[in-house]
Amino acid sequence: MRYLPKSDSERREMLDACGVSSAEELFAHLPEAVRLKRPLDLAPGISEYEIVQYFRDRGAENGNGYASFLGAGVYHHYRPVLVDTVVSRGEFLTSYTPYQAEIAQGTLTTIFEFQTMICQLTGMDVANASMYDGSTAVPEAAMMAVRATGKGRVLVARTVHPEYREVLLTYARNQGMPVEEFGYDAKTGALDLEDLERKMDDLTAAVIVQTPNFFGIADQVKEAARIAHARGALLVVVFTEAVSLGLLEPPADADIVAGELQSFAISPSYGGPYAGIIATRDKYIRQMPGRLVGQSVDSRGNRAFCLTLATREQHIRREKATSNICTNQALIALMATVFMTVYGKQGLRELAVQNLAKAHYLAGKVKPRFSGGFFNEFVAQVPGRTVDELNKQLLKKKIIGGLPLGRFYPELSDSVLLCATEMTKRADMDVVADTVLSTPAPAEVTV
Amino acid sequence: MIDKVRPHLSQNELLVFERSSPGKKAYQLPDLDVPEVDPSAALGAGNVRARIEGFPEISEVEAIRHFTRLSTWNYAIDYGMYPLGSCTMKYNPRINEVVARTEALAWAHPYQPEALAQGSMAVMAHLEAALAEITGMDAVTLQPAAGAHGELTGILLIRALLEKRGNPRKKILIPDSAHGTNPATAAIAGYAVQNIPSSATGVLDVGALEQIVDKDVAALMVTNPNTLGVFEENIIQAAEILHKKGAMLYMDGANMNALVGIARPGDFGVDVMHLNLHKTFSTPHGGGGPGAGPVAVRKVLEPFLPAPRLKRSGKKWVYDYNRRKAIGRVKAYYGNFGVLVRALAYILAHGGPGLRNATVDAVLNAVYVRKRLEAYYDLPYSQANMHEVVFSDDRQAKLGVRTGDIAKRLIDYGFHPYTVSFPLIVHGALMIEPTETEGKHEIDQFVDAMISIAGEIETDPQLVKTAPHGTRTSKVDEVAAARKPVLRWKP
Amino acid sequence: MYPENYRYTKEHEWVAAAGDVGTIGITDHAQEELGDIVYVDLPKVGAHIEQGKSLGSVESVKAVSDVYSPVSGEVTEVNQTLADKPESLNSDPHGTAWLIRIKLADPGQLAGLMSAAEYEAYIGAEK
Repeated sequence: MRYLPKSDSERREMLDACGVSSAEELFAHLPEAVRLKRPLDLAPGISEYEIVQYFRDRGAENGNGYASFLGAGVYHHYRPVLVDTVVSRGEFLTSYTPYQAEIAQGTLTTIFEFQTMICQLTGMDVANASMYDGSTAVPEAAMMAVRATGKGRVLVARTVHPEYREVLLTYARNQGMPVEEFGYDAKTGALDLEDLERKMDDLTAAVIVQTPNFFGIADQVKEAARIAHARGALLVVVFTEAVSLGLLEPPADADIVAGELQSFAISPSYGGPYAGIIATRDKYIRQMPGRLVGQSVDSRGNRAFCLTLATREQHIRREKATSNICTNQALIALMATVFMTVYGKQGLRELAVQNLAKAHYLAGKVKPRFSGGFFNEFVAQVPGRTVDELNKQLLKKKIIGGLPLGRFYPELSDSVLLCATEMTKRADMDVVADTVLSTPAPAEVTV
Repeated sequence: MIDKVRPHLSQNELLVFERSSPGKKAYQLPDLDVPEVDPSAALGAGNVRARIEGFPEISEVEAIRHFTRLSTWNYAIDYGMYPLGSCTMKYNPRINEVVARTEALAWAHPYQPEALAQGSMAVMAHLEAALAEITGMDAVTLQPAAGAHGELTGILLIRALLEKRGNPRKKILIPDSAHGTNPATAAIAGYAVQNIPSSATGVLDVGALEQIVDKDVAALMVTNPNTLGVFEENIIQAAEILHKKGAMLYMDGANMNALVGIARPGDFGVDVMHLNLHKTFSTPHGGGGPGAGPVAVRKVLEPFLPAPRLKRSGKKWVYDYNRRKAIGRVKAYYGNFGVLVRALAYILAHGGPGLRNATVDAVLNAVYVRKRLEAYYDLPYSQANMHEVVFSDDRQAKLGVRTGDIAKRLIDYGFHPYTVSFPLIVHGALMIEPTETEGKHEIDQFVDAMISIAGEIETDPQLVKTAPHGTRTSKVDEVAAARKPVLRWKP
Repeated sequence: MYPENYRYTKEHEWVAAAGDVGTIGITDHAQEELGDIVYVDLPKVGAHIEQGKSLGSVESVKAVSDVYSPVSGEVTEVNQTLADKPESLNSDPHGTAWLIRIKLADPGQLAGLMSAAEYEAYIGAEK
């Protein structure tokens, strides 16, 4: 087998050195009762070409060549070719966690650059080297807030990504952390600040909001911060569409930012792997989960980087660690780093401006349901038929429509979440608009 | 000096911010095919940022050179062996990278209609089935993003079952030889941790276990083979003790590389376990991740697995969200799909017999390392080891040299260090796992290097204590980094 | 090496009493075991600490050690220089790198602790 680099004669030599006559003897010490006495019921190994073919066949079963108007936390953005060029280098792809600083400066330097760029983007003082994704960064931020404030309760906006809220609940339930939701304004689609004010109390450790929120609307971070801080709670700001930070004012009033970087050259890849981040103020550094890279010098006085403040982490603190996270998303974070470098200061803004223009063109035709200012996605009410029926019509035109909101918001089951990015073609937006606005002929609609 | 490939020296590398100057570009966007929109009008003037202060502006050529040069400062599997214990740093097959980039799989949106996601769903179903067969368990979830995440999922599953039975209980038993994620996970899952000491021979003390297990114990978390690389010969007995008292057995699957095709945890009493796809199943470490930590369970725990579950409906795959007993999501969407593809490609390449052969070679390599080094380094136990071997630095410590020093000297010989000072039950541990993808030549070079270092310690211990000498970056001052943390660049 | 008028614990802390004020620190043996100290986590003024319970922790790059209070009382002073110069714990653990001062709740507790001679014997035996 091509991955096993020993010849039979080499095996023989090694078995001799081990003092055994056959490899099976190496397992002779295992209790009889545990031994598997039959071969694994898996097909024999196949060739490289057959493996390619297997996945090509699976790809064909996915349908290809559709224009997509799906956003909802995962975005279709162009991936600059430099990204794969860099991460395909064996030194990045096949290297280990940079515990040995002398032979890992490549990884450590890029992480340091990554941490810096995330701070610049979010307006925070310090960022870690990545979390699994945005959805798990949220409970980590909540736990951080609990540690930092000594309080136990969390308030989360309904306009935070629904699956992110589910993950938060899974973690919170087992920490004895009560979680309550507060709503959104039915006209603007932004936070219902009165509802937040009503539900706020002195036992709240964190208020968690998202901007742009799940409906695509740039939300009222300043006001949420005021309400949270007045009662001694921290404000956690979540983002799922990182490109928005190219244009939107960063959440300077946040105490913790928990976000998802998938938009930065990370393939949608049916849900993962992505890269989450936690960024925060200097005073909360020691409460942060995950790895941190710090600047130092080597013994010759040259600038060098190393993992630092590791005493927060599981391998030292064990049950008192800030998190159980070990493996993170280093290579994915590197993709984001290359993306941020390629686009840079001007490019990220230009990219964001294009996204804004595309979505607003579509919204000019398919009127948004909410009046709040939005970035690259918005909610639209679908007239005359169900959202599923609309999407079926669009599929026939080789278009994947937006997310039917009824899936997560029963009160919005007549509405769809439409996303347009720099990759969305005007012609496809025209088709969507025409389809939404036209009255369907009975034969076109199959229920 | 042993002849080994070592990266060449190169010039100082500035950070991207230090190369930046206004107007340099590495990108070009197409022209807009729709009218421009004024951001302030659309979003409100107060919501629009003036600029991204400090963000770099460099050219494409500078970008590619920067990252390429930086990459050459890294050691990697593509350069040589990583003898890191319990990390299973095996070869990362390149075919995995190719197939993960199959366009219709790489561009699939998780909310794509099921009719247009049948390929992705088939991949996940295929992997679930293969992992169930490999582990001897009844059901698998692919949702967890890493081993520690899988541990959390597994403990939450146990909690859910015990809650349904009337009492979630309070404690999790963890051997003192366990990886740090185990107790950290137990704490996040809301359980108290009770350490269970290992026996004199480093394995589970079933006598002690019998005494300790009571109605407050929810589970024992065990790694098998344990972190000494030794198979837990009393595992079946341990499972019985736990089950009799209504507790469960969780297995940390980090060391599965010793068991695939040889023994199955489902057959020796394990109720729930996680796998590390970035260890046993060859997905690349990428400098620290991504990984994936699928969890395999016995039938009794299946109802509690996170939703959605894949189901066959006629000729199609569908998602079942109607799972009332589920513990809840541990992550958005379905799992680290791109990592799952790579693991499946690895399984397809080996096939059933191939996977077993890989395990055999992994164990052969580790036993060979033990045999060749046992005359030079102390073995703190005498049982047979499997895919990894743990020495102690006791002999060298008498001459003032510790495992950390030896590890740094190993770098001068062209290798990445082994795992230092873990497990904690061995004084000054040297934990070595070659994996099956190391050939005899590479392993002999490693062994020769370790023997040479043992000799250096006798004749010139200072040389070893002040290592590494041959690296581009010399020893980094980690104390200064921790005392005055500088965690970002500032102009 | 170990000041005669201090009292010592098995966990390598010391306490020096002057009237009903106790000054608490860690011993030279402790700092040597820990290595280069990078951070010290201490309680706030006004906090109540109990004999035998953790009052904070001391960190090196690769380890964390809880500091257990030799006596019970209320914290009256916290050594602010340790925040900026944790390394002083390595150079002067018995003097300027004291950790906290407390108002002793029960001066009688001091009698149950070790003398300098007893402590030196204790760590000698440990080795």
